[in-house]
Amino acid sequence: MLKTLLRSTALAAAIAFAPAAALTLAATAPAMAQAQGGDIVVTYKDDIATLDPAIGYDWQNWSIIKSLFSRLMDYTPGTPDLVPSLAESFTVSPDGLTYTFKLRKGVKFSNGREVVPADVKYSIERAVDPKTQGPGAGFFGAIAGFDDFSAGKATGLSGIETPDTETVVFKLSRPDATFLHVLAINFASVVPKEAVEAAAGDFGKKPVGSGTFVLKDWVIGQKLVFARNPDYFVKGVPHIDSFTIEIGQEPLVALLRLQKGEVDIAGDGIPPAKFLEISKSPDAKDLIVDGQQLHTGYVTLNTKIKPFDNVKVRQALNMAINKDRLVRIVNGRATPANQPLPPAMPGYDTAYKGYAYDVAKAKALLKEAGYADGFSTVLYSTNTDPQPRIAQAIQQDLAAVGVKAEIKALAQSNVIAAGGTEGEAPMIWSGGMAWIADFPDPSNFYGPILGCAGAVQGGWNWSWYCNEDLQKRAVAADSMSDPAKSAERIEAWKKVFVDVMADAPWIPVFNERRVVAKSKRMGGEPNIYVDPTRVINYDAIFVKN
Amino acid sequence: MSAGSLLRALVRRPVLALALAIIAGVFACALLAPLLAPYAPDDQIFDGLSLDGAPLPPSAQFLLGTDTLGRDLLSRLIYGARTSLLIGLVANGTAVMIGLAVGVIAGYFSGLLGGVLMRFTDLMTAFPALLLAIVLAALLKPSLWIVAMVIAMVNWVQVARIGYTETRSLSERDFILAERAMGAGNLRILARHILPHLVPTAIVWGTLGIATTVLLEATLSFLGIGVQPPQPSWGNIVFESQSYFQSAPWLVFFPGLAILATALSFNLIGDALRDLIDPTQRGRD
Amino acid sequence: MALLLARRLLQAALILLGVAAITFVLLYALPADPAVLLAGRNATPQTVANIRHQLGLDLPLPVQFWNYIVHLLQGDLGRSFNQKTAVAPLILARLPATLTLMAAGIAIEVMIGLTLGVIAAVRRDGAIDRLVMTLSFVGVSTPQFLVALLLLYVFAATLGWFPMSGYGTPAHLVLPAVTLGILGAGWYARIVRSAMIDVLGQDYVRTAHAKGVPAARVVLRHALPNALLPVIAMIGIDIGQFMSGAVVVEAVFGWPGIGQLAWQAIQQVDIPIIMGVTLVSALAIVLGNLLADLIAPFIDPRIRAG
Repeated sequence: MLKTLLRSTALAAAIAFAPAAALTLAATAPAMAQAQGGDIVVTYKDDIATLDPAIGYDWQNWSIIKSLFSRLMDYTPGTPDLVPSLAESFTVSPDGLTYTFKLRKGVKFSNGREVVPADVKYSIERAVDPKTQGPGAGFFGAIAGFDDFSAGKATGLSGIETPDTETVVFKLSRPDATFLHVLAINFASVVPKEAVEAAAGDFGKKPVGSGTFVLKDWVIGQKLVFARNPDYFVKGVPHIDSFTIEIGQEPLVALLRLQKGEVDIAGDGIPPAKFLEISKSPDAKDLIVDGQQLHTGYVTLNTKIKPFDNVKVRQALNMAINKDRLVRIVNGRATPANQPLPPAMPGYDTAYKGYAYDVAKAKALLKEAGYADGFSTVLYSTNTDPQPRIAQAIQQDLAAVGVKAEIKALAQSNVIAAGGTEGEAPMIWSGGMAWIADFPDPSNFYGPILGCAGAVQGGWNWSWYCNEDLQKRAVAADSMSDPAKSAERIEAWKKVFVDVMADAPWIPVFNERRVVAKSKRMGGEPNIYVDPTRVINYDAIFVKN
Repeated sequence: MSAGSLLRALVRRPVLALALAIIAGVFACALLAPLLAPYAPDDQIFDGLSLDGAPLPPSAQFLLGTDTLGRDLLSRLIYGARTSLLIGLVANGTAVMIGLAVGVIAGYFSGLLGGVLMRFTDLMTAFPALLLAIVLAALLKPSLWIVAMVIAMVNWVQVARIGYTETRSLSERDFILAERAMGAGNLRILARHILPHLVPTAIVWGTLGIATTVLLEATLSFLGIGVQPPQPSWGNIVFESQSYFQSAPWLVFFPGLAILATALSFNLIGDALRDLIDPTQRGRD
Repeated sequence: MALLLARRLLQAALILLGVAAITFVLLYALPADPAVLLAGRNATPQTVANIRHQLGLDLPLPVQFWNYIVHLLQGDLGRSFNQKTAVAPLILARLPATLTLMAAGIAIEVMIGLTLGVIAAVRRDGAIDRLVMTLSFVGVSTPQFLVALLLLYVFAATLGWFPMSGYGTPAHLVLPAVTLGILGAGWYARIVRSAMIDVLGQDYVRTAHAKGVPAARVVLRHALPNALLPVIAMIGIDIGQFMSGAVVVEAVFGWPGIGQLAWQAIQQVDIPIIMGVTLVSALAIVLGNLLADLIAPFIDPRIRAG
C-alpha cells in the first residue's frame, strides 16, 4: 500500500558500500539562496492515520514521519544517495555481518533529552516487537535474534549491541545487501522510550522525535500544524518555519485553491480532469512539478486460475494491450512499460523489448493454446478515478482478441483481499495500489510481489507466481553484500526480471510519472517535491523571497 | 380511480402531462436503446478523445459530447435509462412486496408474530439507510442485481409501516369481523378483503418509490459502489466524470438532469395517483 | 407520561442493541481482512497472525461481540484499526462539524419550508400553490451531488463568492448548508401547508376572520403557531437523517463531519469506526424519532388517547 517514491541509480549501492572505512557526513548540500522562513499549507483528502514511525506505512504519513524523526542513515535530498544522519560515521566488517555506527553527539529529542545508543536499540526492537503490530518488522529480518524475538522467545534483538555511550553495533545472521537502506526507512526512526510510554498507546498522535519538525497542533479531522525544530542538528535545515496539513480536501478543490494561492502543495496530486487545463495554462511551469518515480502499473494474470495457468495465454494477453492508448487516457503522464522494473531502477534492461502490441499474433497464440474463440474472465480494479476507466480500456483491448473480461471495481481493501485469496481474482489492474519501492533497490520489486513468499494467503503476489529456480537466484543475489560485487549483483537481478517476463505472470502496462502541484511562491528543484525516498521533502523545500 | 379522472387531472395540470411524457420517454429509451442510440454505449471511439486525451464537448458528431474514454455520452445516457429503470422496477417492486408482506402479516396477526415483525421494522428504521446500503454494497460483490437487492433491503421499511397501519384499520372494520364470525379462514380474508384494498397503496408506493430508488442507485454509483462499468448507469456516468465538472461540465450535468427529470416525474405522478385514490389526502402527506 | 418515556427509552436501547448486532455481523462477513491490511505488504504470515491476535480477531464471533458490547457500555467504542487510536474521540472531534451543518441545514429548510408552506396554504389550489408543491418535489427528486457540484461550480469556482471547501468560518458553511437546505425544504413546505390548511379551516380562525382581525395577523398569530408542532416533529426525524445522510455533501465540500469519517473508514475497512458511526447515527435517529413521537400527542389529541 505504501507509495514511497524512490528513484535509484547504481551509484546508491556503490556509495553505501564504500570500502569498510568511515564515511563522514556529506551533510545537506549548503543551499544556494534558499530563503529561510515562511508558513505553508499542504492539503490531503484523507485523514493522516498515525505518526508513529513503527506503524505508519502509507504514502501520506511517510514523508511527515521522515521529517519528525531521524534515523542512523538518510538520503541526500532529492536523490537515492545514502548518507549517515544520526550516525556520524559507520564501518562494515569484511564479511558483511557486522555494522558499527558512531552516533553524532549532542543530538536532542524535542523533549530535551539527548539521543543515546540505547534509544536506537529500543526503537528498532519496538518496530519488530509483535506487540507493536508494526507492518515494518519484516525489514529487519537479517538482524541476529530476529526469529526468536518475533516468535516471542526472546525479549529483545540479541543482534543489536550498545557497548558504550556513542556506539551501536548490528550483528546480522546473514549478509543483507540492502541493510543500510533498511536503517534509513521510517521503521528505523529513533524514538524516546519515556515519550512512547507516556503516550500510553497514543504515540501516533503525540510523536516525539529528533527530526526537522515537531508536531505543534492536531485538530482531528481538520488540520495538523508542524513547526521547525530549532535544535535540529544540521544548521539551516529546514528552511520553512512551519507547514500546516489541511485534511478532507478533495484533490480538485485543493487544486483550485492552489491556483488562488490559498494552498502551497496539493498533496494528492493533480486529478486527470485538471491536468490538461493546468499544463496548458501560462503558469504551468511555476505550478507543475513532473518527476520520474519508481513505479510500474501492471495487470496480474493469476497463474493458478484457468486459463492463465497456460503460459501461452499469458503471453498472448501481453500482446493484446494497446499501451499507447492507455497512456493517452492518462493524458500522457506515463510511458509504456515492458518489464516489471521501472526504467530508473538499477537492473532495468534497456535491451529487452518485451511483447509488442500485435493483435494478430495474440490471437494466433490463443488459438495455439486452445482458446481460438477466446474465453470469459474477471478483471479487478480499485474504484477511484481513473482506475475503473483504465480497466475499461484494457477490457476493450481484451475483447478485440476474444477475451470477455467482466470488471469488478471495488474499494481498494477489497481488491487487496481478493488478490491475496487463492483462486479468487483472475486478473487485477494494479492502478492505485501499484508497486512503488520502499527503498531504491531491485530486490524490493521482487520478493513480495513476484517471489514465492508473496504467493500466500494475504500476500501481495497476486499472480500467485512462484518459480523455484528464479527464487534461488534472487536469494543468491541478495546475499552479495560485498561492495565489489555490486555490479554483478545488479546484473543478476536484471536477468531475474527478464526471465520473469518469459513466464509472463504480469502485463506491465506503464510507468507513471508523479505530477505535483505547488504554488508559485514555492522554490526548489523538482526532485525535492518528487523526492525518491520521501515524496515531499519538507526539509528541503523553501518559500521564495 | 378511473381513466376519466386521470385524464381530467392531466388536463388540469400540464405539469403532470409533462411528467408522464418524460416517463414514457425514459421507457422508450430503455426499450428501444439499440435503435435510438447513435453509437454502441461502450464503444471507445478513437476520435472521441482529443489528441491529449480530453473528452469532447457536444458537437454534430457527438450530440451531448463524449466521456473520458471517448464514448458517446448520448448513447450512454440512453442505455443508462435501461439500467436505471431496471433497477427502479426490480428494486422497488421487491421493496413493495417485502414491505406489504411484512406489514400485512404484522397487522393481521397482531400477536407475537406481528410484534416481532414490527420491532424488526423499527430496528430497520433506526438503521442509517445510506450507511447500510454502502456496507451491503461493499460486502456483496457489486452487480446490477446486487445493487437492486441492496436498495430493496433498505427501502421496504416505509411500505411495511403503511401496510401495517392500513391492515390494522381494515381488520377491525365491520365487514371483516362479520366474515370472521361466519368462519372464513385467514387466508380467504387476506386474499379477498385485505390485499385488494392495499392495491392502491402498492401502486402509489410503487411509483413514488421508483424516484427514491433511482436516486439511491445514483448515489451508490456516485460513491463508486453501484453498477459496475462499463455498463452505463446515470449514477456511474457522473461518478466517472465528477472531477471533470469544471473542464467538461456536460459529463456531469446531462446525466444529473436525467436523474432529476426521471425522479421528479415519478414523484409527481405518484403524488397525483395518491390524490386520485384517496381524495381526503389531497395535498397532505 | 414518565412511564411512556421510560418504555420508549427501553425500546430505544433494545433497538440500538439490535443495530449493533446486525452491523457487527455484516462487517465481520466482509471479505477484506483488517489484519492483512494493517500488516502491509512486507508482512510475514507470523506478523499477520500476531496482529489478528492482538485485535482479538481470532476469537469466536459471539465472544468478539460480547467483548464489544461490554466495552460499549463503558463508553468505549474500541480502537481504530487504521488510525491506531480510540474511536470515541475521533467521532467526538467530528461531531461539532456535523452538528453545525445539521443546524444550519435545518434552519434553511425550516425558513424556506415555512415561507413556502404558508404561502401555498393561504393561496390554496391557486397557481402559486401548484408551483410550490411542484417545487417541493423538485427538491426531493434532485440528487445531492448534482446540487452540490452545481453550487460549487457556480458560486465557488466561477464567481468565487464562497470558499471551495473546508471548515471554520461561516462562509465555509454556506454552500453545504444550502445544498442540504434547499433539497430538504420541500418536505417542510408540504407539512406546513397541510397543517395550515387544517388550522385555517378551524372555527377559532374563522371566528377571528369574522371579527375582522386582519388576514395577515390571523395567519401569523393564530394559525402559524399551531402549524409549528408538525414542523418540530419533522425536525426530530430530520436529525436522524442528517447524522448519516450527509456523506455525499461532506465528501464534495470537504466538511470534516462524521459522514466523511464513515466514508473513509468504509474504504479502509476500519470496522471499529464504521461500527461507531453507525451506532451514533442510529442513536440520533432513535432520539429524533422519540422526540417526534413525544410531540405527536400535542398535535393530534387522538393519538394521546390511543
